[in-house]
Parts: sequence; C-alpha cells; structure tokens
Amino acid sequence: MAQLTMIQAITDALRCELKDDENVLVFGEDVGVNGGVFRATEGLQKEFGEDRVFDTPLAESGIGGLTIGLALQGFRPVPEIQFFGFIYEVMDSVSGQLARMRYRTGGALGAPVTIRSPFGGGVHTPEMHSDSLEGLMASQPGLKVVVPSTPYDAKGLLISSIRDNDPVVFLEHLKLYRSFREEVPEESYTIPLGKADVKREGTDLSIFAYGAMVHESLKAAELLEKEEYSVEVVDLRTIQPLDIETIIASVEKTGRAVVVQEAQKQAGIAANVVAEITERAILSLEAPVLRVAAPDTIYPFPQAEAVWLPNAKDIVETAKKVLTF
Amino acid sequence: MASQKSKQFDPVANLHEIEEKFEMFQILNEEGEIVNADADPKLSDAELVELMSRMVFTRILDQRSISLNRQGRLGFYAPTAGQEASQIASHYALEKEDYILPGYRDVPQIVWHGLPLYKAFLFSRGHFIGNQIPEDVNVLPPQIIIGAQYIQTAGVALGMQKRGKKSVAVTYTGDGGSSQGDFYEGINFAGAFRSPAIFIVQNNQFAISTPRELQTAAKTIAQKGIAAGIPSILVDGMDPLAVFVATRDARQRAVNGEGPSLIETMCYRYGPHTMAGDDPTRYRTSDTDSQWEKKDPIVRFRKYLEAKGLWSEEKEAEVIEKAKEEIKAAVKEADAAPKQKVTELIRNMNDGDLPYNLQEQYEIFKEKESK
Ligand SMILES: Cc1ncc(C[n+]2csc(CCOP(=O)(O)OP(=O)(O)O)c2C)c(N)n1
Ligand SMILES: [Mg+2]
Repeated sequence: MAQLTMIQAITDALRCELKDDENVLVFGEDVGVNGGVFRATEGLQKEFGEDRVFDTPLAESGIGGLTIGLALQGFRPVPEIQFFGFIYEVMDSVSGQLARMRYRTGGALGAPVTIRSPFGGGVHTPEMHSDSLEGLMASQPGLKVVVPSTPYDAKGLLISSIRDNDPVVFLEHLKLYRSFREEVPEESYTIPLGKADVKREGTDLSIFAYGAMVHESLKAAELLEKEEYSVEVVDLRTIQPLDIETIIASVEKTGRAVVVQEAQKQAGIAANVVAEITERAILSLEAPVLRVAAPDTIYPFPQAEAVWLPNAKDIVETAKKVLTF
Repeated sequence: MASQKSKQFDPVANLHEIEEKFEMFQILNEEGEIVNADADPKLSDAELVELMSRMVFTRILDQRSISLNRQGRLGFYAPTAGQEASQIASHYALEKEDYILPGYRDVPQIVWHGLPLYKAFLFSRGHFIGNQIPEDVNVLPPQIIIGAQYIQTAGVALGMQKRGKKSVAVTYTGDGGSSQGDFYEGINFAGAFRSPAIFIVQNNQFAISTPRELQTAAKTIAQKGIAAGIPSILVDGMDPLAVFVATRDARQRAVNGEGPSLIETMCYRYGPHTMAGDDPTRYRTSDTDSQWEKKDPIVRFRKYLEAKGLWSEEKEAEVIEKAKEEIKAAVKEADAAPKQKVTELIRNMNDGDLPYNLQEQYEIFKEKESK
C-alpha cells in the first residue's frame, strides 16, 4: 500500500479502469500530454496511448455530446470537465440528454458515463472555478452524484462510478486534492455508491456533510468533545441518491442533527437532507434540524472567500444551538 | 439527361482553394522592413512612436505583473508577452466610443481603453472594485468563461446599430476559444444582423497545453468567417502595422454599415498560460519558443523606427522608466483599497431591498465583520 493524495488516488483509479476495461476512454481539455491542469491524468496518455486518453477541442458542450455518442458506440466514457463552473456550458448534454437516455428509450439504451470535475473553494481561483454546483446535478432525476472526501474513498468510489451503467457526476474538491495523504491499496477495489460513511460515532448530535466540509465537521466535533458533547459525523459520499438508512439511523440515535454544506444555503443538498429527516424521523427529534451553509450570494471574490466559506467555528456555533435547544 | 461530361463540383478541391487564399497578411517583416508598401498605413511619426511606447509599456507591465505575482502581491494573472502587436496594435485602431469585451488575457487593451491600472491589479487580486468600470470607459471586466464574450459582442453591436451609433463592439478570444459554440454563434449572429462588430482571435498556438492543430481540422481559424458570411483575414500577429491595418479596415466597414469581421492574429505567448502552476515545458519545446522570439513585435518595430530615426535606446529607457513609475503608483493605489467585506458582496446581489434570506445573512456577517 502506498500513501497517496486524493489526486494520486484518482489517477490510480483511472489507471485501474483503463487497464481493466478496454472500453474505458478518458478525455477532456488538456488531459493528454499535460496530464490535466491538476495532473489527475498524469502519465495516462503515455501508458494507454492517444486512442484511449486524449485531448478534445475546447468546448464543454462538444465534450458532452461526444460522450453520449461514444457511449452509444459501446464505450464507457470518463470525460473531464476542467472546472465544474464550466458545467453550464454542457448542461443540455448532461441534464437534457444523458440523464434521460435510459428513461426515454424505455431501458433500451443506457449511458455508462462518469463525468469527473474539480469544484469547491478556498484556493483563490478566478471566477467560476470554485462554485459548489452539485445541487444542480442532484436535482436532476437520472443522475447519480458522488463527492469523495478522502483519497481512499476517491479511488473506490471512482471505480464504482466508472463501472456503474448509468451516468455519474463525480466531483473532486479542489482543496482536498493535495491536502493530505492516506493509505490506498494498489489493487482495484470498490466502494458502493449510495452508501454514507460514519466517520466518527457519537450520541448527542449527528452532523451530515460531504466534500471538504467533512473535515470542518470533524474539527467541529473535536471542539465540541472538549465541551463534553458526543458528536457523530457522517460523510454522505454520495449525495444523489442519499443513504437514507444511515442518515435516519443516526438521527434516531442522537435525536439532533446539523447538515453542513459549502454551497450557498439556497443551493446544494442540505435542504433535501433536512426534508428527508423531518419527513421520516420527526418523532425522534429533540430539536429543529439546522443547516450550516454559505450565504446566498454568488461565489465571492477570492479576497473575501475565507470569511464567506463555512468553517468549523460556524459549525460549532450552530451545533450548540441544536444541542441546547 | 444531364451531360455525363458536365464538370462535377469538387468539394475537396474547393476546400483547398479556399484555404490557400488565406495567406498571412504582413506589412513589416521580422527585420523591421516594409514588405507590403501598398498596405502601409502611413501613420505619422508621432503615431508610430506612440504605438511603440504602448507596446513597450505593456511588455514592462507584463514583467512587473509576473514578479508581483511571484511575490504574492497579485492574484490571477495571464501573461501577455509576445502578444503586444495583436493586443495593442488592434486596440490602437479603435476609438474611445468603441466597446471592448475582453478575455482574461486582454487586460492591456482595456487599460489602454481607459480602465485605471490600479483596477486591473484589483481585478487580478480578486477585489470587486477592479470590476467597477468607470462610466466613461467602454469595456467589460475580463471574461473568464471562454467564448461567452463572443455572443455578447453580437448583442452590444446590435444595440449600437439600433441606437444609430457610429461605433463598434470589439472582442478577443484565443485559438482555443474559437472551438466554443459561442464563437460560431457570435460571428453568425453579428453577420445575420450585419452588426458593427470585430471578432479578434489571438492565435497564440496553444490553449493551455493543447496545440492549435488539435482544435480544428481547418487550416486557418480566419476561414471560419466564410461560413458566417463575414469578411475575415489571417494576419501576422507579431506585426503591429498589419494588425493595425486589419483592425482599422474592419472598423471602417463596420461603421459604414457593412457588418462584422473576423481577424485571426498569428502570435505566441512567451510565458506560461497563467501564473497558477502551468509548466510550458510539458507541451512545447524551447526550439519553438526561440523561433517565435525571432518574430518579436517589439524587436521588429524597434528596428523599423530606429531606421527612421524615430526611436533610440534613450527613448526606450525613458518609456520604461515612466512605465515603472506608473505601475508602482497603481500598485500603491491598489494596496490602499479597503478590505473587501462579505456584507458588501451581499449588498451587491441586487438592486433595492434585500430578500429575507440575504437580509438575515447580512446581519450575521455584519456582526462577524465588526469583530
Ligand atoms: C468555458 C471554459 N472552459 C475552459 C476554461 C479553462 N481554460 C482557461 S484558459 C483555457 C485555454 C484557452 O486557450 P485560448 O482560447 O487559445 O486562449 P489563450 O489562453 O491561449 O489566450 C482553458 C481551457 C475556461 N476558462 N472556460
Ligand atoms: Mg491560445
């Protein structure tokens, strides 16, 4: 086993799948010789050739349409959208076409596609490079949406996504790419989609989070532990579909919940998690379920993002409101 | 029955014929000699010196911006060296009433169009004051989404036309940008409405790492204008005079009511794609770099002006000194900008009263920011 960063684990997953299935194709802007602007595809073109790993012209809508066409020819495309803010360019292909393929053909045609894309804030990018737009995807029936928070999960979830016979949007948080390393097995392994991970057990409060906010939530749980609160942290990992079973079991145990997302309060998926909890477990609740999210502005200018982004302190503050209700 | 002998239309030959016609337009060669006297714009001595001074200023601005970025005193920055003729000489053919829709690399043109330099620095640093464009400056903040400005240009141009203005909308993108649907839609819309627009593609040979050949099977980007039914030209983008003339003529046609034009300028960016970790050695050779450096726009223009007795080492040193002073003053002014607050960003979300959610969040951040 090797100590890998999340970006290395992603490259590793792509390598495993390129090796394992000759129908897997990896393509996008600058993914070939350059190995991707974040080096997610580093060395893959060299290893598997230009036929399997290739650069496209600069057009996200083109990449989307190409993806669908290749899927129709029996391939298993893994396109990269260079930054998820550019998803607007390809919304019709993703939401209007890809998500509907199986449905509108009465199950005759599927689309085994995995769209990979970096997203998320805190690294001072220019506009449209940091937005958390996962809510747009999660609200589109027909798409699965996966957001790993660790190198180990990233590899297992990406392999599962690629093997899934339906379209998956796989979102990689920019800040997590190189923020830490962990043991990642060299061989291929899968982590089932739609399964959350209880990162830390607790009895007083459940915190649900995904992406970079998992780590802020873990920090918050530690701070709260110092004040004698026992906090459970659940990494949702797949945000569409949600792992309702794990979410509800946790709430039934703790009776209190906070949902954390980096997206603006009006975006993301926190509202959905809150709705599911209140619909299914209202009688277990000792307090209202609250959200920690960014304010409802456009993603901020880099100079202000540190204040704008939710952090452990904000989570502690909201958690205390719920704990002392 | 139609005669078997009647000549068949040959689409392959037709394509080659059209492509062959897109020869690169040049006036000043690499040695600084006029090679196309008929096309010489015959700029006055003062105008020639001004154009040279602007290009030198812009080269210095690029060097300073790169070092400021390395010191952590500037944010997002896309280097411009090598593209001075494409950027500055095209801008030199414009008038103040013309409207510019720039891409992220096109900061020099909007600065020369009137955007105060300190605002350009604030844009780079990620401060909204950088994007607060003064009322009398006809530019948009640099576009980050590749190609978006192209269709907007068709809109600005149509608006000018409806208002009866004698001005043009001018936009810039790169070779990569010409692959976006927005590019085709932009030139097509402007063509369909015969609007006063100029579409400039700075073909610097790469889109980040992706070489021009991978963008399109077309031999030139200029020829794409043919499909939109608009005049188009391939220009030596390292030749300030050729770029100037191509833009001046496109502008003249536009204000005369003859519709939009497409200009492809062949150029090169010497630096990395941006200062955020791009490594050009991964995708291009130093051989190619030095071939292009021989075509340098400033070098050839210097030779041309020196031969005319219009330029000297002292004159250049003077321009450089002045540039450095202006840049220093602008950095100081940018440093003095107040720290940006989330409450201001919330306030800037809409005109009029804030809805309940933003009002609530405004109060929360007001409290946070008062600490
Ligand atoms: C819609 C969109 N897709 C991708 C990007 C990321 N990106 C930024 S610059 C660039 C290459 C652009 O190349 P080109 O148009 O040739 O302009 P140049 O940078 O060479 O001036 C890419 C892919 C973006 N900003 N917007
Ligand atoms: Mg380019």
